[in-house]
Amino acid sequence: MPQPSPLRFDSLSLHAGQAPDPHTGARATPIYQTTSFVFRDTDHAAALFNMERAGHVYSRISNPTNAVLEERMAALEGGVAGLAVASGQAALHLGLATLAGAGSHVVASRALYGGSHNLLAYTLPRFGIETTFVNPRDLDAWRSAIRPNTKCLFGETLGNPGLDVLDIPAVAEIAHAHRIPLFVDATFTTPYLQRPFELGADLLFHSATKFLGGHGIAIGGVLVDGGTFDWEASGKFPELTEPYAGFHGMDFQEESTVAAFSLRARREGLRDFGACMSPTTAFHILQGLETLPLRMERHVANTRAVVAFLRAHPAVESIAYPELPDHPDHALARRLLPRGCGAVFSFTIKGGRPAGRRFIESLTLFSHLANVGDAKSLVIHPATTTHFRMDDAALAAAGIGPGTIRLSIGLEDPQDLIDDLGRALRAAQKG
Amino acid sequence: MELSVRGNRMFAYTGGRPFDRALPCVVFVHGAQHDHSVWILQSRYLAHHGHGVLALDLPAHGRSSGAPLASIEAIADWVVAVLDAAGVGEAALVGHSMGSLVALDCAARHPARVRRIALLGAAFPMRVSDELLAATRDDEPRAQAMVNVWSHSAYAHYPSNPGPGFWVHGEDLRLMQRQRPGVMYVDFKACNDYAAGADRAAQVACPALFILGRRDLMTPLRAGRALAASIKGARVVELPCGHNAMAEEPDRVLDALAEFLREPARPAT
Repeated sequence: MPQPSPLRFDSLSLHAGQAPDPHTGARATPIYQTTSFVFRDTDHAAALFNMERAGHVYSRISNPTNAVLEERMAALEGGVAGLAVASGQAALHLGLATLAGAGSHVVASRALYGGSHNLLAYTLPRFGIETTFVNPRDLDAWRSAIRPNTKCLFGETLGNPGLDVLDIPAVAEIAHAHRIPLFVDATFTTPYLQRPFELGADLLFHSATKFLGGHGIAIGGVLVDGGTFDWEASGKFPELTEPYAGFHGMDFQEESTVAAFSLRARREGLRDFGACMSPTTAFHILQGLETLPLRMERHVANTRAVVAFLRAHPAVESIAYPELPDHPDHALARRLLPRGCGAVFSFTIKGGRPAGRRFIESLTLFSHLANVGDAKSLVIHPATTTHFRMDDAALAAAGIGPGTIRLSIGLEDPQDLIDDLGRALRAAQKG
Repeated sequence: MELSVRGNRMFAYTGGRPFDRALPCVVFVHGAQHDHSVWILQSRYLAHHGHGVLALDLPAHGRSSGAPLASIEAIADWVVAVLDAAGVGEAALVGHSMGSLVALDCAARHPARVRRIALLGAAFPMRVSDELLAATRDDEPRAQAMVNVWSHSAYAHYPSNPGPGFWVHGEDLRLMQRQRPGVMYVDFKACNDYAAGADRAAQVACPALFILGRRDLMTPLRAGRALAASIKGARVVELPCGHNAMAEEPDRVLDALAEFLREPARPAT
């Protein structure tokens, strides 16, 4: 008799967390667009509220459609639980707020998405959470920035804007030596390109708005608990290992040896902060997730074709893509990202801001907007949009040149993308 | 709560309430390479519904110290020592897989201490394939992966355990990974070597409930039925799940347990 084997990644993308509806036979995940759920009787109600039974009470805390997304993402990442929330930003906040409070400290990579940087640098300090930013490539900087009150190390699997590859095994080792977890933003890589828990990370989140959905129609985020970190042994997280007055004196680590973080994040964070995901959004993200392996394979193939074209083009000054031998993390990328380095990258056009502006305005297939990870190819010129108030010196400090262009490569025919880029590059050099 | 048993510290989850020895006691015994948290919903519910609950971490598992016990009989005797340490006269025993053999053995050899038994994922003999047993000794990650896939019957669980959004397969795997090196082989060998099951089943005089998964690949349904048939008056509840019934069907397991524990004791004959 053949031995059973676990479902593989592509199959989990379609089946994890959902089976045909036993009542209606519906094959697709139904959208449970309801705020609340009827109790069987008063004892059932009390048991649900006191976490003596599993089930749904109110869609801010849990919802059957959202649960499919959460469990599927946990399966794809190799974790123990997922939490679907209103946005990637909400997922980051929920993760940090579950670990840290007033008087806490975070060590973060300085190569972050602007929204994450804003939260850590400007907003969380108002609530007593301080952050030290470090060069993600400098392991000594990570190590020396840790304080007794540091609650986690945080970085992006592929950093903004230069695609710094986070050395997850090395940074995780530093975190664990200090009995704190490594928390990563895995948005740019998705579990198809990298599974951070297998490399040593303990917690991760995605902006599901990007590649997980892939269609650019829904804002959402997913926080995933790897179940790897031993909060009790750490001794630094009384929020998870001592009775919590806000939930009947529950000691989350006693309740779940491996998913204490997720219990607290749901029972406190979703309940109190309330940044929940709409069930319809969860459905939209699930539609994307079903084809994630196929799409990511095509995203990477198209990106490689575009990178090769740009690299040979005389109007291009430089390209920051870790698969290129001159990228500082090339060797690391070959080790940690063997399936590819994603579909978002920056290049520098010759001619500075004016050339950048002309290039953007000459594109016809690429959409000029502030998003990444769409099925359609996207472009933005940071010096004239997201960072337009900065002078050239300030841009340089942020790793952005006046001619830097960020592309998010979609699923179109790669030759059409190359034709569009070629026309725009020629136009940019004529000014 | 923590107790000292035979000189070693042991941990028992008490269901989110202080343990009250004046209440009818229910002792949960986990299976191989697991800990108390596999019972979280069932034990928490019963603790809030009139029972004194002790969901044990067996020696060398979870938070309990000491060396792993090498035989089912030794674990059964240790459970009685826990009752002594907790000041409990008699208890209902609920056991899963290896823990079900412990409950069976305990009920047969310590009848004055066991009020009734509920056995989940139970079978006798509980033979472990040569390949799996060797893997538990030589390659724990491979053994854990094998047990993980054999313990589950589906890739979707409603409403999941301990609640929506939790991935049952992932939790089970991580829990096995969390146990100390070397424990897995001792546990599986204890199951494989246990030879007294048939005799013990014939000796059981207390009420017995079997909760069996129809798609159980670790302890197949027919073996569970056969063991149940050898205990006089034993009742069987079959559920549409695999070996990890507490996580795959938490509500139905709880309903069966709660009903069984509500019943009055069988009159002496």
